[in-house]
Amino acid sequence: MLTERPNIPDPDGFYAELLGVHEGLSPDESHSLNARLILILANHIGDRAVLSAALAAARSSGRPAVSG
Amino acid sequence: MTFADRYPLAFRLYPYARVPDQDAATPVRHPVAIVGAGPVGLSLALDLGLRGTPVVVLDDHEGVGLGSRALCFAKRTLEIMDRLGAGRAMVEKGIVWQKGRVFRDRDEIFDFDLLPEAGHEYPAFINLQQPHFERFVMEAIVRAQAGGAPIEVRGKNRVDGVTDTGDGVLLDLMTPDGPYRIAADYVVACDGARSPVRGMLGLGFEGRVFEDNFLIADVKMTADFPTERWFWFEPWFKSGDSALLHKQPDDIWRIDFQLGWDIDREKELRPESIRARVDQMLGHSDYELDWCSIYTFQCRRMQSFRHGRILFAGDSAHQVSPFGARGANSGVQDADNLSWKLAAVLGGAPEALLDSYDAERVQAADENILNSSRSTDFLTPKTEVSRLFRNAVLDLARDHAFARPLINSGRLSVPCVYDGSPLNSPDALDAPARSRPGAPCPDAPLGDGFLLPALGHGFTLLALGCDAPDTLAEAGATARRLSVDVTEAPLIRERYLGAAPAGLYLIRPDQHVAGRWPAFDETAIRAAMRRAMGHDAC
Ligand SMILES: Cc1cc2nc3c(=O)[nH]c(=O)nc-3n(C[C@H](O)[C@H](O)[C@H](O)COP(=O)(O)OP(=O)(O)OC[C@H]3O[C@@H](n4cnc5c(N)ncnc54)[C@H](O)[C@@H]3O)c2cc1C
Repeated sequence: MLTERPNIPDPDGFYAELLGVHEGLSPDESHSLNARLILILANHIGDRAVLSAALAAARSSGRPAVSG
Repeated sequence: MTFADRYPLAFRLYPYARVPDQDAATPVRHPVAIVGAGPVGLSLALDLGLRGTPVVVLDDHEGVGLGSRALCFAKRTLEIMDRLGAGRAMVEKGIVWQKGRVFRDRDEIFDFDLLPEAGHEYPAFINLQQPHFERFVMEAIVRAQAGGAPIEVRGKNRVDGVTDTGDGVLLDLMTPDGPYRIAADYVVACDGARSPVRGMLGLGFEGRVFEDNFLIADVKMTADFPTERWFWFEPWFKSGDSALLHKQPDDIWRIDFQLGWDIDREKELRPESIRARVDQMLGHSDYELDWCSIYTFQCRRMQSFRHGRILFAGDSAHQVSPFGARGANSGVQDADNLSWKLAAVLGGAPEALLDSYDAERVQAADENILNSSRSTDFLTPKTEVSRLFRNAVLDLARDHAFARPLINSGRLSVPCVYDGSPLNSPDALDAPARSRPGAPCPDAPLGDGFLLPALGHGFTLLALGCDAPDTLAEAGATARRLSVDVTEAPLIRERYLGAAPAGLYLIRPDQHVAGRWPAFDETAIRAAMRRAMGHDAC
């Protein structure tokens, strides 16, 4: 089961750290870092059902594509 | 009349010879006609002939084409070839290997072992040039013919027309002496990826084209790289986006460079361009170019491999990228699956058996296409984001073990387990999953030899620590008992029983498990044989 309730004890601190790790990086470098981070976290989670739920959640809360 | 070859030959094995069929007033009828004498058509012909089913093979050439195609032949293929009498010769000539290493730039980031356990007669893989593979099958055919097997291979017999007449199939053939016709109960199209038979029937072959070009350079040199599969992503020698190195027999090495999509093909194929890339990789120019070609690849299959009396096997039915060595290997498994069924149907078994060929081999083709597509998506990322993740995996792999299994430079051919096949009976034995109904029998030592060769060409009742009759006849087939004292065959126990004290396996002629039980249960086993012979198939 994907944990949906708040689970990070220090939300503001974590958020600042997440931004901090990107400091001084070009957009491309930031994208690469994010990709590595996703893989590291995904491996930590390991549970395939949770990963699928997380992927679906990420996709569905993105901005819907505007066509035309 | 001229009859030009479309490609040069490596070995001239079945020269054109006039046959009485050419002078017959009406088309002579054959039980089975096979179109194409590639690895798949020849394997199928040999298997059918050894079963006593008369078969005629028609090929528009007189032997095996020259050039680099299949190189890596998998354990399951060798086991099938062993049953057909060609396995030993292949292993003796071939280069045995089981380990692979993956590099990025100069760093080794991943390695794998394709057969990490002992107790198998055949190795995980051999490297053997496809022309030799076909020659060994043809040599086994010649031996079988000498022993009376009803196999005919007709060179320079091109199939130009195919007509399903409902009760049979008519083939229009062209030869150096002009046209003639034959009829057949069943036709198997083993005529390759461009399958003229498929075209004549107007059948589709849809799938994905991968936008990349690969250069194959087979070079002759003496070198002491280990006999392993070496693969580089973004190699330090910069001869391609990726590179692959394989050892072949006779001091030939296969080098494969990924060139990208927009290339000047003609320029890249000039010897000086190829040598520049190879020089960069090897750091010297002390080698000869043996054979070079550039190929692109696709993953696709026909929707159905059976169209009435016409069946498709091998590349005519499905095509994959070479990464994973799933082309010829899966085609030989098509032949293995089809031959006993075709022989049985000609002997009176229901045609449902041929539908099970379609079901089982479509399942296998889908598995191969899935693996092959995933490998190509990793090798040739299609989008910015797929390249981003590919490179993230490669970046992490050097220092983080968890990322290494995500590296995909080709997942090498393993046989399909026919889970859900209509020929399977429900699993009634609490034993290892690897030998469940639908699975190909795992090999294991037996006495001074091995289990698989003891299974033979027919149905087998493998009695492990339980009784069973010598033979059991049902639904037109006869199963022969093979009793094994598992106290003396610990690996058979491990692979077939696990913790179970005893077990009875019903094994199909293609060495896949049809069903298994804790003991001989005549009613259940008769029902299973009927099902495996295409009766009561749902
Ligand atoms: C670069 C490369 C590397 C590969 N590496 C591997 C590997 O390592 N392992 C692996 O398993 N596979 C590999 N493959 C795939 C493998 O070569 C094919 O899967 C295999 O050749 C298919 O065999 P086939 O018998 O189905 O067809 P083919 O080998 O194509 O044979 C078809 C035959 O039909 C004949 N024919 C065609 N039209 C007619 C007609 N009208 N009348 C009569 N005869 C006709 C042809 O002349 C030919 O002899 C590789 C392929 C390539 C291109």
